[in-house]
Amino acid sequence: MLDVSKIRADFPILSRQVNNKPLVYFDNAATSQTPQPVIDVIVDYYSNYNANIHRGVHTLSQEATDKYEIARQTIQTHFNAKHAHEIIFTSGTTHSINLVANGFSALLKKEDEIIVSALEHHSNIVPWQMLCERTGAVLKVIPMNLEGELIMETYDNLLSDKTKLVFVNHISNALGTINPIEYIIKKAHAVGAAVLIDGAQSCPHIKPDVQALDVDFYVASAHKVCGPTGVGMLYGKEEWLKKLPPYQGGGEMIAEVTFEKTTYADLPHKFEAGTPNICGGIAFGAALDYMNNIGFDNIASYENELLAYATEQLSTIEGLKFYGTAKHKTSVISFNLEGIHPYDVGTILDKLGIAVRTGHHCAQPIMDFYCIPGTIRASFAFYNTKEEIDVLVEGVKKAKMMLS
Amino acid sequence: MTIEAIQNEIIDEFSMFEDWEERYQYMIDLGKDLPIINDQYKTESNIIKGCQSKVWVHAELNDDKIEFTADSDAIITKGIIAILIRVFNDQHPKDIIDANTDFIDKIGLKEHLSPTRANGLVSMIKQLKLYAIAYQTQIK
Repeated sequence: MLDVSKIRADFPILSRQVNNKPLVYFDNAATSQTPQPVIDVIVDYYSNYNANIHRGVHTLSQEATDKYEIARQTIQTHFNAKHAHEIIFTSGTTHSINLVANGFSALLKKEDEIIVSALEHHSNIVPWQMLCERTGAVLKVIPMNLEGELIMETYDNLLSDKTKLVFVNHISNALGTINPIEYIIKKAHAVGAAVLIDGAQSCPHIKPDVQALDVDFYVASAHKVCGPTGVGMLYGKEEWLKKLPPYQGGGEMIAEVTFEKTTYADLPHKFEAGTPNICGGIAFGAALDYMNNIGFDNIASYENELLAYATEQLSTIEGLKFYGTAKHKTSVISFNLEGIHPYDVGTILDKLGIAVRTGHHCAQPIMDFYCIPGTIRASFAFYNTKEEIDVLVEGVKKAKMMLS
Repeated sequence: MTIEAIQNEIIDEFSMFEDWEERYQYMIDLGKDLPIINDQYKTESNIIKGCQSKVWVHAELNDDKIEFTADSDAIITKGIIAILIRVFNDQHPKDIIDANTDFIDKIGLKEHLSPTRANGLVSMIKQLKLYAIAYQTQIK
């Protein structure tokens, strides 16, 4: 059981007011809030050991390097990667995906096929389209049903010996659907394709085991798991990371440089050109420690409770329609009020101190599928409460009254 | 009436509202009353980019004055356009180009003015002024 009031006390932002109302923060799928222990780590870094890493002999540089590499190990342990050097620090999920897509430019040829899902965020569509343009490879899409679930029969049929890569998100950001990635990975491997799983939306709720999943690449962002923005990670199997060429050139990623030839550094530095977000990386580790202390089983069961309660309460509102009603989903609710634009509802909710996301959630193909301009999305975290859901339900009722 | 006089009139109206709810309810009602744009002008090229909701604006020059019609699929956005059209409709292009839009702040809608805000009030004003600039050249 979670002691939610004790947890809430860790998050200074949760006690602020917005438009003279207590903040109700339900935009967790966009960015999670930051607890004091993580804020403390950030302050401690800049107050006590801010220095560049991996090259200084002086004490500050040593301390910063140690903490940064400890954070890498924390991430390795969290995702159960075999080696710490299979964890690459990036600026976030989008950067991680681009790094892999760029690497595959060198490995793909004309008419090779890449499979993505209809549930993808734009960040997991556009880099592959660009990759296809560069290489002549063909993009195939796993369709979804009305509930927002991927249709696995079609996926089976899309797979062939031409398939080189499969990219699917673990959980849809717009609808909250949990995708059957175990099945997707197994089937892709059977035809010799590599698999990248976008874990941006799953990591706040689930602790993935990359070895058990046997996934080739797994990507995530710190700011969805109580860490800071601008930092994330790429997990890649050692064999794949060795195969991919470096993404960016610069300092840190080299072993030896002459004007004739440069030899690249070993993993993970080969992919970490330039001075990284050192403080962010260390805080990422601290954020995972914080969440692991609470426990992902506890987090998931409490969030499921919130999801069930919110679904039940919101469905009492006449004219409210849910989008994404998959059997397996996380604490994300996408909905609209009949005849009312989501943007209008979001504006009124903001006036009531309630933060939700409105719009297409960077997943326009999903909105096109439902023929809607967007949805209102409320996404819950382990620090939210049923009382806050009550405030949301009242807010939606008020918006409906004002806008009808 | 001059643009400034209309703006002052709107500022007076809004000063009577006690809280955000009354202000927004008024805008919502204005949105509902906005004459709908003729369907033939609801084209892709008349859509103002930078809005989370769709906004169409059409402008015509009559007797050296610009007549605007507009629509949106979101009602609060429509209310905001209704206010803008009331200010700029039937005005000479030059007056529209020179108009100051500080009144938005004075009627408590400053939050909609931020260029990063998804409703694109800034884009709407910019688009109305662009029409004015285009028609200004025709008058000469």
